[in-house]
Amino acid sequence: MSDVFTLAFLAQLIRIAVPYALAAMGGAITERSGVIDLALEAKLLFGAFAAAAFAHSTGSAYAGVAGGMMAGVAVTGVQLFCSLRLRADQVIVGVALNVIALGGTRFLLQLIYHEGANSPQVPAFGHDVVTNPIVWLAFIAAVALPFALVRTRWGLRLRAAGDRPDSLVTVGVAPSNPRIYAALVGGALTGAGGAQLTLSVGGFVADMSGGRGYIALAMVILAGWRPALAAVACAGIAFAEAFNIQLQVSDVGIPNELAQLVPYVLTLLVLAIAGGKHGKPPRSLGKL
Amino acid sequence: MTSRRLIALLVAINAVLILAGYVIAPAASVWVSVLTNVRPGSGLKVGLVFDVGGKNDKSFNEAAWRGLQRAHEELGVEVQFIEPTEGADRESALRTMAARKIDLVIGVGFIFGPDLERLAKQFPNVKFAGVDYSPSPGVGDLPNLAGLRFREHEGSFLVGAIAGLTTKTKMVGFVGGMKIPLIRKFEAGYEAGVKHVCPECRVLAAYAGTEPKAFADPSHGEELASAQYNKGADIIFHAAGKTGDGVFAAAKHAGAKAIGVDSDQYDSAPCCVMTSMVKAVDVAVLEVVKDIIAKKFRPGLHELGLAENGVGFVADERNRAMLPPEVVTKVNAISAEIVAGKITVPDQ
Repeated sequence: MSDVFTLAFLAQLIRIAVPYALAAMGGAITERSGVIDLALEAKLLFGAFAAAAFAHSTGSAYAGVAGGMMAGVAVTGVQLFCSLRLRADQVIVGVALNVIALGGTRFLLQLIYHEGANSPQVPAFGHDVVTNPIVWLAFIAAVALPFALVRTRWGLRLRAAGDRPDSLVTVGVAPSNPRIYAALVGGALTGAGGAQLTLSVGGFVADMSGGRGYIALAMVILAGWRPALAAVACAGIAFAEAFNIQLQVSDVGIPNELAQLVPYVLTLLVLAIAGGKHGKPPRSLGKL
Repeated sequence: MTSRRLIALLVAINAVLILAGYVIAPAASVWVSVLTNVRPGSGLKVGLVFDVGGKNDKSFNEAAWRGLQRAHEELGVEVQFIEPTEGADRESALRTMAARKIDLVIGVGFIFGPDLERLAKQFPNVKFAGVDYSPSPGVGDLPNLAGLRFREHEGSFLVGAIAGLTTKTKMVGFVGGMKIPLIRKFEAGYEAGVKHVCPECRVLAAYAGTEPKAFADPSHGEELASAQYNKGADIIFHAAGKTGDGVFAAAKHAGAKAIGVDSDQYDSAPCCVMTSMVKAVDVAVLEVVKDIIAKKFRPGLHELGLAENGVGFVADERNRAMLPPEVVTKVNAISAEIVAGKITVPDQ
């Protein structure tokens, strides 16, 4: 077992955790502002696609990161327009966006590259986590977001919009404004998480987010809507995945099917033990 | 006759001529094409439904597509295809094609098995073919369904021998997609091939998952492969569809070698893909089309192995630097022994 927990294992854990953690932190601040964020999967998938498209057309992986973040912001824009302006049910908006992402990315693939499932090869970041800007973004967000939530006007108004929107109205601020600022930042973070999926392997594959957005949302709830804690919970998921990979490679003799249960069993266990005790949802979550 | 009547008459004549043009011209062009270009397959419609991974997956699906394109170019058959998104779409894609009176409907991938059986019963006048098809228990041979199967374990044995002969660390890896008997065949053949030439070598094996999306998760493939490279493997063979792209990415990062699958995957990573285990899905698809044109459609299972050139490995100009000629000679000798029945290759 001692040969399992190496520096390479840590690097692997970080690479796996980053898309989850960025999505979870994006989801946490969006929900803290009072907007239900089921569309994390859509933001990851569109982010991954846009990262491939931008990296392919410019030849630079950094442009891919920018593209992924812009796509996350764009999906958030649609989400906010439907749920805040048109006052649509926020759960339905999220589900609809996730379904649109599945077909929409395939449609765009067909439109741009004339094939329905894969993008061409695009420039990628190296295997090294230290030189990967998306990894840095994730670490900076994990440190900066809790601070910003408590210490800045942006964070204060964001939390007020999620818990007591009427208190904002009394000081002359429309609750929708802090919600928009929060969700757009969250969308950019989640889009960057999607970019990591594409830019680590150098290409987009249809449905490559593979449910990571939903797991990230579960981690948000598990962490009691606290962004840094949600990122740590995602590191736990990544730990289970990386451990499973190492188990398969080390020939320990645990069946593959069983090893793959580990992340989910762990999630359930943690939820069963810690669920309900950790924080409550924002009081006005999903209400206008 | 007043000029007004003259104009009316001219307009009428014109209208008749235009109508005639619509009716006669296409008919004439059909005749012209029949007279000048008698291609054996013209008029035959073939439809293809792709598996997870899609048309240009540089691997399995793409091989099937190449076969159909050759059928189109050489035989003149009319070709249609659908890339389904999700599980339930597969059956409706097949059904759409069967209902449109397409003569031959091909499902690419083991996953189409039960759907093909159901539709073959419902559309007895349409012919169906399934690549990697294996009959469900209790379903006998259907008169309008052909299964195109390959002895992948034989080809995998050869690339296993290549890996065993060229590894410097005495450790090689295997990354599979979805853990199913079909992919186990690749692993079993590969491992036997490695041990055949290098009994002391170690083979690390890992799978990306137990559901179809395990064939389309390159980030997971990359992590599996880099874990194997870190462990000391210097060559990894993948049978994982698009997940294999991650194996190539990991090979690039690690400066190690990888072995492609189904099609020649050299172009995916020219630095690292030392050879590929090729599966002649294209030839098999083309043969079925030819059979139908010759009115000799053969239902039931068609198994293609080394003896039938249904599987093999790539050794050409491009990969010569990574694949020494003496290795190729040795592996060709092993191939001859398998064909002659002197070596039995395990498939599980």
